[in-house]
Amino acid sequence: MATTNGAVENGQPDKKLPALPRPIRNLEVKFTKIFINNEWHESKSGKKFATYNPSTLEKICDVEEGDKPDVDKAVEAAQAAFQRGSAWRQLDALSRGRLLHQLADLVERDRTTLATLETMDTGKPFLHAFFIDLEGCIKTLRYFAGWADKIQGKTIPTDDNVVCFTRHEPIGVCGAITPWNFPLLMLVWKLAPALCCGNTVVLKPAEQTPLTALHLGSLIKEVGFPPGVVNIVPGFGPTVGAAISSHPQIHKIAFTGSTEVGKLVKEAASRSNLKRVTLELGGKNPCIVCADADLDLAVECAHQGVFFNQGQCCTAASRVFVEEQIYAEFVRRSVEYAKKRPVGDPFDVRTEQGPQIDQKQFDKILELIESGKKEGAKLECGGSAMEDRGLFITPTVFSEVTDNMRIAKEEIFGPVQPILKFKNIEEVIRRANSTDYGLTAAVFTKNLDKALKLASALESGTVWINCYNAIYAQAPFGGFKMSGNGRELGEYALAEYTEVKTVTIKLGDKNP
Amino acid sequence: MLRAAATLGPRLGRRLLSAAATQAVPAPNQQPEIFYNKIFINNEWHDAVSKKTFPTVNPATGEVICQVAEGDKALETLDNGKPYVISYLVDLDMVLKCLRYYAGWADKYHGKTIPIDGDFFSYTRHEPVGVCGQIIPWNFPLLMQAWKLGPALATGNVVVMKVAEQTPLTALYVANLIKEAGFPPGVVNIVPGFGPTAGAAIASHEDVDKVAFTGSTEIGRLIQVAAGSSNLKRVTLELGGKSPNIIMSDADMDWAVEQAHFALFFNQGQCCCAGSRTFVQEDVYNEFVERSVARAKSRVVGNPFDSKTEQGPQVDETQFKKILGYINSGKQEGAKLLCGGGPAADRGYYIQPTVFGDVQDGMTIAKEEIFGPVMQILKFKTIEEVVGRANNSSYGLAAAVFTKDLDKANYLSQALQAGTVWVNCYDVFGAQSPFGGYKMSGSGRELGEYGLQAYTEVKTVTVKIPQKNS
Repeated sequence: MATTNGAVENGQPDKKLPALPRPIRNLEVKFTKIFINNEWHESKSGKKFATYNPSTLEKICDVEEGDKPDVDKAVEAAQAAFQRGSAWRQLDALSRGRLLHQLADLVERDRTTLATLETMDTGKPFLHAFFIDLEGCIKTLRYFAGWADKIQGKTIPTDDNVVCFTRHEPIGVCGAITPWNFPLLMLVWKLAPALCCGNTVVLKPAEQTPLTALHLGSLIKEVGFPPGVVNIVPGFGPTVGAAISSHPQIHKIAFTGSTEVGKLVKEAASRSNLKRVTLELGGKNPCIVCADADLDLAVECAHQGVFFNQGQCCTAASRVFVEEQIYAEFVRRSVEYAKKRPVGDPFDVRTEQGPQIDQKQFDKILELIESGKKEGAKLECGGSAMEDRGLFITPTVFSEVTDNMRIAKEEIFGPVQPILKFKNIEEVIRRANSTDYGLTAAVFTKNLDKALKLASALESGTVWINCYNAIYAQAPFGGFKMSGNGRELGEYALAEYTEVKTVTIKLGDKNP
Repeated sequence: MLRAAATLGPRLGRRLLSAAATQAVPAPNQQPEIFYNKIFINNEWHDAVSKKTFPTVNPATGEVICQVAEGDKALETLDNGKPYVISYLVDLDMVLKCLRYYAGWADKYHGKTIPIDGDFFSYTRHEPVGVCGQIIPWNFPLLMQAWKLGPALATGNVVVMKVAEQTPLTALYVANLIKEAGFPPGVVNIVPGFGPTAGAAIASHEDVDKVAFTGSTEIGRLIQVAAGSSNLKRVTLELGGKSPNIIMSDADMDWAVEQAHFALFFNQGQCCCAGSRTFVQEDVYNEFVERSVARAKSRVVGNPFDSKTEQGPQVDETQFKKILGYINSGKQEGAKLLCGGGPAADRGYYIQPTVFGDVQDGMTIAKEEIFGPVMQILKFKTIEEVVGRANNSSYGLAAAVFTKDLDKANYLSQALQAGTVWVNCYDVFGAQSPFGGYKMSGSGRELGEYGLQAYTEVKTVTVKIPQKNS
């Protein structure tokens, strides 16, 4: 993912950065149906829904709208694919890994298509989709491909004359509900470990952004995953999402989205069949800049940290705490950055910020901006929609923000940077931690002791020191408190897609 | 894996034959051009400093293939004599799987953060050892190369590899692929040459941090001594064996006979883990011996490029003579020669599949590693007795048990002093599972996650912090 510390890693030591890729103009959207058993289906109800391009506000195309009967059909297929003796269950682990590598190969082959689709559907800058979202997808697939035949149980020395060992088995049919901010990437974060561990899946992509998921379905078929291993049902939360969350034959669900909906998912999961739940939810992530920080680095990281992806990141640096000695200078430099952030057509290579995803988000962000003004924060720049430009919002900076303001407490999910002042370390630790969220935190300092102290004290699933959004397939990611349950990525992700069985064999007491 | 061959087992010859017939296996180029016969250093090809070369010989015909630069300090079959179809379906398949397996480990070999006492933050780094010397044998040239390169490179080391003088060609071909793949120069260096010169130079080099050797126990000793006398470089060894294959009276007879045959005769008997002491429980002894002899007599010996061939020549004249010597000792010491017993052709190094019955523990052929197509069958009464006799060896590489009984399988797999115990199978390998020897069959493990340990140096970092919180 994005790091502001250097070029995106290309994986080979002397490989030069590729020439700027070009999006596919007038791309024809080929895959708009429900994907079950490696086949494309119309919805049982006959209904379709439209997906829109948030830059142009035009409809891209219609997509089959799934509902409970379609989910039932998908689960049936996934169960059949998971039966003992099935092609998928009998496959060597190494071969499962090989299939994931081959899927990564096809994603690489279709990288431009997928990046174009993602940009059309989300409004994110094409170069970001190509170099960040797609890069993350490919690396995550390859990372988990490597784990497939390394998922090891143990042989265990117990009391008594027995042989005791564990098997790390797949859970079974896993449901996944993914968001619209990084549609393909968030899907791959779930798909890769699920398949690596031998599960079968039923996925619901966000209704705002179903297209890249469906294209991925075509690649899954092309690679040759057995039918029923991966099934994709586009549709809405209250129908498809609810059906997945409460399905009695789905044994695990992974959800990325808002904390509000995350709670509903967990309730439905518990009420139905106690299916295992992992959640990646919201954040109000503190970014702590100490007086001894490298100021340029801190300003740039904090800027990218909050504005990246139109501010629509669960990791957004949406509470910047700056030590009072450098506060004024920090604000001044941040405003400079915000004012020159290029906002515009996501297919333009100069653009860093596109439109917000839809009207609902747009309205919510503007409402929070108004609350900032009303509650007494100082509006340094921006603060409104870009004139005559649909869902675009001017990069906005507030200073003199205090902890009780709404913009300091609620997740904005838009291009708004609240900057707060602090005096000392103990104070900022307490303030940073006084939230129900706990997804990420960042610290800017050159001092070893401060760095380690803050890393230990902050109640966040990830702490970044002198960097931001440094996310790697190898390192676990997830939230403390109400930012989520469980971890994605890294070896830790495997535990979420594995069921441990202990086998104990009593040995004969006499010599045989 | 070799499991591919193992599950093919009895029908190995026929299955491979039909695979070749239906063109699952591409036809071999029996006269491949030899492009790579020099020393590979820094992604470049060099003559030996001494300008010396040595010939590499085709064991099927006894003729010289080409000259190879001698380092002082379709190809595999041509060089080694193993049947082409097996080289393609088994050796190469395992090479690919091993490399892909270790590719997956590269970014997953985690150190730990550790809850140490006091106000400290403690963690470990898993660092590469450094310059790794690797000396590989002639029995599975490509595969042994992959077993060594995989873990060494996955953990970030650099390599100086000496390939066996009998079989340098495929390793040198791979060297060119290493260059093509884009490994930085100097990461992998390959030196063809002889043990007393190139091998010894590596084992005693002051700037080599670790040596890994696969070969005979006799040479393994010299390597370990040289390592100790020079710079205490870390040593891992994969050496010889005299592996016991135990057939209980309740075993599936058909399956046991075929597996025991495969266990001994595979790769012309040139396996460190060959099942070279077949212990058969007395109730089923006579039948087992009769069927084993019939199977040995039906083993197809011939030109390794012929898809019907199960057994090619031994690798060279030295081995050929040594094996014939062991066969003679068997005859002289009173073992019952049931079939074979001499050369199988008048050109090349072919030996008839040979079976000795009524072998006693004290005979030379029951104690020493023959490394040829000579099967020893011994009789036993009870399970306790066979455990004692099986373990009565300074070797301890592998062992196998054939039984249907859960308790017997558990009892034997716990009692046998061997790095690998196979139950109702033989020569089943996977890149995922560790392999190595007890006692004088070696030290350390190759393959699996365990294979990474030998190529890793653990560094503990402990940082003082103002206040520790859990």
